[in-house]
Amino acid sequence: MSGVFVFVEHDSGSPSETSLQAVALAGALGEVTAVTIGDCPIGGVARHVVIEHPLLSDHAPEAMGEALAQLCRTRSPDAMLASGTERGNEILAHVAAILDLPLAAMVTEIRPSGQNWELTRVRWGGSLLEEASLTASLKLATIAPHAVDAAVGSGEVDAEVFEPDLSDELSRTRVVERVTVSEGITLTTAPVVVSGGRGVGSPEGFAVLEDLAGLLGGAVGCSRVVTNNGWRPHSDQVGQTGTRVAPHLYIACGISGAIQHWVGMMASKNVLAINNDPEAPMVTKADYAVIGDLHPVLEAVVAEVRRRKEV
Amino acid sequence: MRILVCVKRVPAPGARIALTDDRQAVDARHLPFTVSPHEECAVEEAVRIKEGHGGTVVVMTLGPAEAEEQLRYAISTGADEAVLLATDGSEWDPQATAAALAGGIESLELAGGPFDLVLFGNESADAGGYQVGIRVAHALGRPVISGIKGIELEGATLIARRETDAGFEVYHLPLPAVVAVKEGINLPRYPTLPSRLKAKKAEVASSRPTGQPGGLAMLRLDTPLEVASSTTILGQGPEAAPAVADLLEDLGLL
Ligand SMILES: Cc1cc2nc3c(=O)[nH]c(=O)nc-3n(C[C@H](O)[C@H](O)[C@H](O)COP(=O)(O)OP(=O)(O)OC[C@H]3O[C@@H](n4cnc5c(N)ncnc54)[C@H](O)[C@@H]3O)c2cc1C
Ligand SMILES: Nc1ncnc2c1ncn2[C@@H]1O[C@H](COP(=O)(O)O)[C@@H](O)[C@H]1O
Repeated sequence: MSGVFVFVEHDSGSPSETSLQAVALAGALGEVTAVTIGDCPIGGVARHVVIEHPLLSDHAPEAMGEALAQLCRTRSPDAMLASGTERGNEILAHVAAILDLPLAAMVTEIRPSGQNWELTRVRWGGSLLEEASLTASLKLATIAPHAVDAAVGSGEVDAEVFEPDLSDELSRTRVVERVTVSEGITLTTAPVVVSGGRGVGSPEGFAVLEDLAGLLGGAVGCSRVVTNNGWRPHSDQVGQTGTRVAPHLYIACGISGAIQHWVGMMASKNVLAINNDPEAPMVTKADYAVIGDLHPVLEAVVAEVRRRKEV
Repeated sequence: MRILVCVKRVPAPGARIALTDDRQAVDARHLPFTVSPHEECAVEEAVRIKEGHGGTVVVMTLGPAEAEEQLRYAISTGADEAVLLATDGSEWDPQATAAALAGGIESLELAGGPFDLVLFGNESADAGGYQVGIRVAHALGRPVISGIKGIELEGATLIARRETDAGFEVYHLPLPAVVAVKEGINLPRYPTLPSRLKAKKAEVASSRPTGQPGGLAMLRLDTPLEVASSTTILGQGPEAAPAVADLLEDLGLL
């Protein structure tokens, strides 16, 4: 038993929440070795390997994949997991390609069955589940974010250093520049998201959504029909191919509630639908709804909120 | 510039996804089909690069004969050639898919010269494996970067932008290269009527690859448990405004 290796992402020494979720899931499968690129104190695992190489001082997916593949060749773990983030999925796909092994992405549950694993993974961005079997000498999987609770590790495990042999050529896919764009309230951090769909009717129609979002300290979101029409930038789009949001309140105005939109906002604590169709899926799935033409409704809500804020 | 784009035919379900009785597939009897949104943007990006720098755009898919519909759509939005790697309609796992696509690319390159750029979607809409593009890049021995929302060309260097929480990162890849893009990199155009008529008559090259199954096998599909919800109707029309404001107060948002 060489145990389960977990590639832990970290932000200058503090492990990411979703990586600790992968550590928690790994704990049920065998002895866990955390693997980090660069040092990051970590507890609650049996071992900790720190990968060090000058090429890896910034994101470099090809080099990182090669480094992890070399670690797998030297240590022959039974499995290697990572979190199903953009980076985790990318780096494990490199490992899988280099070692010519299968990779199960976005896994929510693993059930060892003899030498194989049976597992559950999400498809369609979370709208569908797949039961699958994974057959491989070294099993590779990424864990869908928030499928399990994070491990709370106590103490700190001594780290051993692994120095991979990386060709300079791999710098070809390393970050050469970082540009910081500071935004105020963003979709992912806003406590309220006021989101508009085809029912808003035009780019100008979003003014009243902006007003309400402004009054509530929230952000404006939209559906894919809206971005496809060029009414709003894609950065506002919520859903499978847009942003995932989980605000305290999601106000869906003139959005029908297609499954690909729903997966982007289903983690919201409360959903209020404003729609003129009482049968729209967004209305029947929401916690609260107002039936009617969204523009007069929103104008009245904005007026009422202004009135209450003044007293 | 010779550019190849890999696209996948997927159903476009509405409010919920229904499964076939044997739970092996999405019940698509009453559904339209599309290509994954990321890949639609990959085609648009290829066509824009061609428009800026000259060249040709080839689209390729592994799928059933019906996937010709998606190839023709790509032609109607500006692609020049289309290649179908025909299957019997069953889904191929990521390793088998990547091997077939890499094989298809290699034979196109033997006949027509190397591709400077091969584009993928970041993940397919249905399977969401996040890996086929990266596997193909390794099979071809080319650099690859995923999650890209901006491409520029400067001579033989491809400048790629990727979003992060704080802003974006920049990569410089030597051509030939492989890039997996995300929706938002551009706003795809709609086909015009003449371009649709032209696409209808376009020739689609077709071959039948043989595949070795990889180690990940789908057993069955399932729909997630839906939490039964009951909707509280706050009212009809503008008269509901006080009830909405009450709700905002109750939730501590006012
Ligand atoms: C692979 C794939 C990925 C996708 N990814 C996404 C994604 O990330 N995000 C996303 O949003 N979609 C996504 N989609 C598209 C999705 O399937 C729907 O097409 C889209 O969400 C519908 O947008 P909508 O609700 O604005 O428009 P519609 O479905 O047309 O709904 C408009 C709604 O507005 C209501 N309405 C109309 N006028 C008014 C009015 N005056 N007042 C009040 N209500 C009104 C109507 O009753 C209706 O319910 C994806 C699709 C596919 C196939
Ligand atoms: N059957 C297929 N035919 C053509 N391209 C595909 C196919 N499957 C996947 N791809 C490409 O590979 C990308 C990643 O797919 P996946 O690894 O399934 O998430 C997709 O966005 C497509 O560009």
